[in-house]
Amino acid sequence: MLSKNREPELFTIDGDCIQFNSNLTLKTIDGSHQTIKRILKNLTSEKVTLDLSQVVKMDSAGVVLIDEIRRNLSENQIAAELSGASPHIKQVLKTFSLPRAEIEEIERTGLFERLGRGAYHLKNETITDYLYIMADLAYWTFLGIFNRKSQRKGEFVNQSINIGVNALPLVGLISFLIGLVLALQSAAQLRQFGANIFIVDLVVIAMTAEMGPLLTAIMIAGRSGSAIASELASMKVAEELDALQTMALNPLRYLVVPKMLASIFTMPFLTLLADILGILGGMVVAYFYLDISPVSFYYRMADSLMFKDIITGIIKSLVFAGLIVQTSTFFGLSVRGGAVGVGKYTTKAVVISIFLVILSDSIMGLIFY
Amino acid sequence: MKTEIIKVENLEAAFDGKRILKGVSFTAYQNEITVILGTSGCGKTTLMKHLIGLYKVDLGRVYILGQRTDTMDEDEFEQFQLNMGVLFQNGALLNSLTVADNISIALEQHVKIPVDMIRDLVRVKLKLVGLSHAIDYLPDQLSGGMLKRAALARAIAMDPVLLFCDEPSAGLDPVTLKGLDQLFLQLKEQLGISIVLVTHEVSSIKRLADRIIYLEKGHVLFQGSLQDALDSNIPEIKNFFNNGN
Ligand SMILES: Nc1ncnc2c1ncn2[C@@H]1O[C@H](COP(=O)(O)OP(=O)(O)OP(=O)(O)O)[C@@H](O)[C@H]1O
Ligand SMILES: [Mg+2]
Repeated sequence: MLSKNREPELFTIDGDCIQFNSNLTLKTIDGSHQTIKRILKNLTSEKVTLDLSQVVKMDSAGVVLIDEIRRNLSENQIAAELSGASPHIKQVLKTFSLPRAEIEEIERTGLFERLGRGAYHLKNETITDYLYIMADLAYWTFLGIFNRKSQRKGEFVNQSINIGVNALPLVGLISFLIGLVLALQSAAQLRQFGANIFIVDLVVIAMTAEMGPLLTAIMIAGRSGSAIASELASMKVAEELDALQTMALNPLRYLVVPKMLASIFTMPFLTLLADILGILGGMVVAYFYLDISPVSFYYRMADSLMFKDIITGIIKSLVFAGLIVQTSTFFGLSVRGGAVGVGKYTTKAVVISIFLVILSDSIMGLIFY
Repeated sequence: MKTEIIKVENLEAAFDGKRILKGVSFTAYQNEITVILGTSGCGKTTLMKHLIGLYKVDLGRVYILGQRTDTMDEDEFEQFQLNMGVLFQNGALLNSLTVADNISIALEQHVKIPVDMIRDLVRVKLKLVGLSHAIDYLPDQLSGGMLKRAALARAIAMDPVLLFCDEPSAGLDPVTLKGLDQLFLQLKEQLGISIVLVTHEVSSIKRLADRIIYLEKGHVLFQGSLQDALDSNIPEIKNFFNNGN
């Protein structure tokens, strides 16, 4: 066959009449949207008839198309009239037509308006909510130190194991590697000046005052912060938190305070571990690359290790622990939007926790300098 | 003379400026099953959450067990809450705890009794709902019907005088549903618990209801006995009961 059996044009325009020539279904109208829009723009008459007499089949897409044409026309102050629709088509039109109000409600907001609203919202609600939860949590945590009632039995120990003990291998290994890399990168430089022995000062001070607490906090944020946020978020979505509340149990006291206490209790130990293993990493590099024996490393360390640096690190780690649990709790409790929301808010919790950890680290760095 | 157990006066509620409850007033009586009815989205859950204290009452008055609850401070209400049990639509059992632990949470926290006695109390509640064998199951090992019954056991763990249930029938087959209804009747008749029930299930309503509150777009369209509701000439209510048959 040479000539294909061509489909008739979807519609033809004859004066004030738009005549639809084929079925109006998702398949037939596919791609004709732009053409119609262009043609509608050029119409000048005051009244247009949409002739549906040739249309046998119409589906929801057809109805939406007709609606769109009518809306377009009325925006240009052109009256539109339907004619020739069979009872079946009328029924379909009635079934799928959106009431005017609903169409207008789905008004789009521009990018800048959305950004503006976001910022406004952030300023007004998110921050006050955050501060509220912070105050509440601080209060209940303080009480929780003395009064274990209203926490689950054994929960503090459980959480300490979860947040602290189980994180030991990860924190230890990463710190060791970072100490190693830190020393390795510096070794080449120091050797040029014959300042080999200063590798000890470098590693020891960097690890105790800065890297130890920071690394630990970032790993705990990723590990326990995400766990806390997702647990609370999924409990909130499943109304489990509501259920607790109706049993006269405060979710913060019952669920979060043990985690807070456990984090504050275990973070300093994790940080100390990170300090020690980081320094150990440095020691390995010093021995193999700079010929500093562990014994001389040790003696040099005794000189360079400052009590103040260790204490600074510990104080930092306590602040980080509070920030991580607090931020994860906040995002866990603010979850919206069902199961998808759980993932989204967990991510937010981790990202913001890490951001706040680094921010507060800089601030404390300035203070303790 | 019936004793009032809940009295709500002109309760208003709005989300984001949209009014959901528009001056709701009704009364429920002691040792009765009060059914809250209405089409989807009319505000039944919202109403219930105001009564059990999950939402704060901004406007209107709520009296439960003769006490005004909306003006209570947090600690006072927390104590008061122990009089009420709540069965959530999806059970809302804590997923990380076994059935037994779920039931004993409130007991452990609020009553000073030895552990083995708590365990016995849990067994009693589970026997009542027919779940003795599932005492150490985790919630995700339960079927939908079992989940509801476990949640019911938790709701009555503290022997409340008033029980709230939001659509306990949702997703249950007619036979299981009948069993659950039997439980509600048992709670009412044998334990004297007053029950507030949100449900759409006409068969349940006919079996259980002493009193009907019909909500329509945030208004109380009707309140009265089951018989009055069945005889009612209000089109919405007629429609509701007839379409259910
Ligand atoms: N947290 C909320 N934020 C905003 N709007 C809400 C919230 N909760 C409920 N609504 C709105 O309030 C109205 C009533 O909701 P509600 O859950 O009380 O209905 P319902 O009568 O329980 O319906 P159903 O029978 O479907 O459970 C709905 O329009 C709903 O969109
Ligand atoms: Mg509901």
